[in-house]
Amino acid sequence: MFDKLLPIDPEVAARIEALDLQFNKFGVDPYGIDKTDLKRFVSAFAWIYRFYFKVDVFGIKNVPSTGRGILVGNHSGGVAIDGAMVMGSMLLDAEPPRLPHAMIDKFIHEFPGASQLMSRTGQFTGNPDQAARLLRAERLILAFPEGARGTAKLAKDADSLVGFGTGFMRLALETKSPIVPFGFVGGGDALPTIANLKRLGRLLGVPYVPITKWGLLIPKPTRFQLLYGKPMTFEGTGHERDEAVESMVGQVKERIRGLIRQGRQLREKEISEEDLVL
Amino acid sequence: MKVLVTGISGMLGRITALKLLKHGYEVIGIDRRPWPEAPEAIALFQADIRKRPAEDVFRTHRPDAAIHMATVTHLVHKSPDRMRVNLYGTRAFIHHCHQYGVKQAVFAGRHTFYGAAADSPLYHTEDEPPISTHTFPELADLVAADLYAASALWRYPGIATAVLRIVYTLGPSKHGTLASFLKGPNVPLVMGFDPLFHFIHEDDAATAIVSALAHKLHGIYNVSGPTPVPLSTIVRAAGRRAIPVPESIFKLGVGRLGLPHLPAGAIDHLKYPIVVDSEAFRRATRYSYEFDERETINSFRTAR
Repeated sequence: MFDKLLPIDPEVAARIEALDLQFNKFGVDPYGIDKTDLKRFVSAFAWIYRFYFKVDVFGIKNVPSTGRGILVGNHSGGVAIDGAMVMGSMLLDAEPPRLPHAMIDKFIHEFPGASQLMSRTGQFTGNPDQAARLLRAERLILAFPEGARGTAKLAKDADSLVGFGTGFMRLALETKSPIVPFGFVGGGDALPTIANLKRLGRLLGVPYVPITKWGLLIPKPTRFQLLYGKPMTFEGTGHERDEAVESMVGQVKERIRGLIRQGRQLREKEISEEDLVL
Repeated sequence: MKVLVTGISGMLGRITALKLLKHGYEVIGIDRRPWPEAPEAIALFQADIRKRPAEDVFRTHRPDAAIHMATVTHLVHKSPDRMRVNLYGTRAFIHHCHQYGVKQAVFAGRHTFYGAAADSPLYHTEDEPPISTHTFPELADLVAADLYAASALWRYPGIATAVLRIVYTLGPSKHGTLASFLKGPNVPLVMGFDPLFHFIHEDDAATAIVSALAHKLHGIYNVSGPTPVPLSTIVRAAGRRAIPVPESIFKLGVGRLGLPHLPAGAIDHLKYPIVVDSEAFRRATRYSYEFDERETINSFRTAR
């Protein structure tokens, strides 16, 4: 798909080679990740990640460098720029690099191009069977328990949290995977949404169409803060009663709330890196 | 041990029959179609599995085991009769196995059972339900035949029944769903989609069927070979040119403009992957494939 259109950055190529993935004779891993497509795409994306946007990443050592894990954080902004930046930090900043599998909304795979891109880079429709399988294969999962409700937050609410699903917690319990909470700040500035058009969205096959301050859906260059907290582990089987799971989810949500607050304070220069409690 | 193969004149039927012979089984076969160059050691009966002459073969020859391969896809058989062949054929097969003392039955089914959709996970396990019979009605009778065959597991627990869901076969015979799709020099793909395709060398598929028999499997098993490969990669590796066509034009032009004759539902199979987990089969039979992904495609590409 990306044949010869995008140049490969040698530094990015080296990082992709360093990923802990098994590629077959066609350079494709068992989940359809194409080594060459990934190199081309991440090379182009690296420019966006490093120069168009700027991401201050804190606590990246809190993400396990091998083995299963679930990255759980907040949505901030009208589209999932946050997800892309988390991917960027794991691929371009983490040592060794890791490729998280984001559990994405079903509508994305219904779009031509998007489906192909997501399939070749290991991004699947969120599905408990799929997620559990990836975790058992010692992969890293990226989940936004706010779902589309989270990206639908308007700019004024960008740093708040809406209701969390509990699927990620049951998954963590069932597969005994650590949860790495993260807070992401700044999405509301990059893409300040003032309204979401739900009816137009339905016509186009997406949850909603965000309208920004400047009308267009083009984010402005922004500096983001991304804070990874210490991993959390929970004891259980994944088949507990809802109340029990919800209270565990509440603990994760509190941690994320704290990370967002500190990210906001960093952004406003009220605290410095030394003051962080991750 | 005497093994009866239904649908023996089909591509996979022939390869399986020859393999059985090589492993020392006595082989008899039923098919509506002839198999002119069949080895003499194989007793062939030209009959329809649903008709009395086929039952006579079971009655007279009393096979110890039977393999049911007499199911057809929409690609081979366009008429509504296909549904009858698949369902009544499977029913007759199971009935005869029970009636005439067959101790082992193998149903050679397809992995397309699971269906393709935007939200279906990779690596289906055997407990997953079929999800796309409503969008692909041409597949419904094969799904039903699979489920019907599996009902033998509880109806006749005395017969060791193996329901195999085998991924697409590919190889020098140039027969099968995937091979037909790759027939021409230009292969149309749905633009912007590139699903993983799970395939196995036809020889390995036959080995798997023989292996299910040898291990007296009782249950439902996915069968696959090497890890799946994106469709566009298969097309290129097969020496074909991939022509991405926007979905709307694809739908309009199916069967015309050089596009293949495909039912509308088949388009989902060109957009989304059907990939299966065959760990259970591997554990039960210690089966391993011989041809990897590249060798399999090459054997198809270089065949005359």
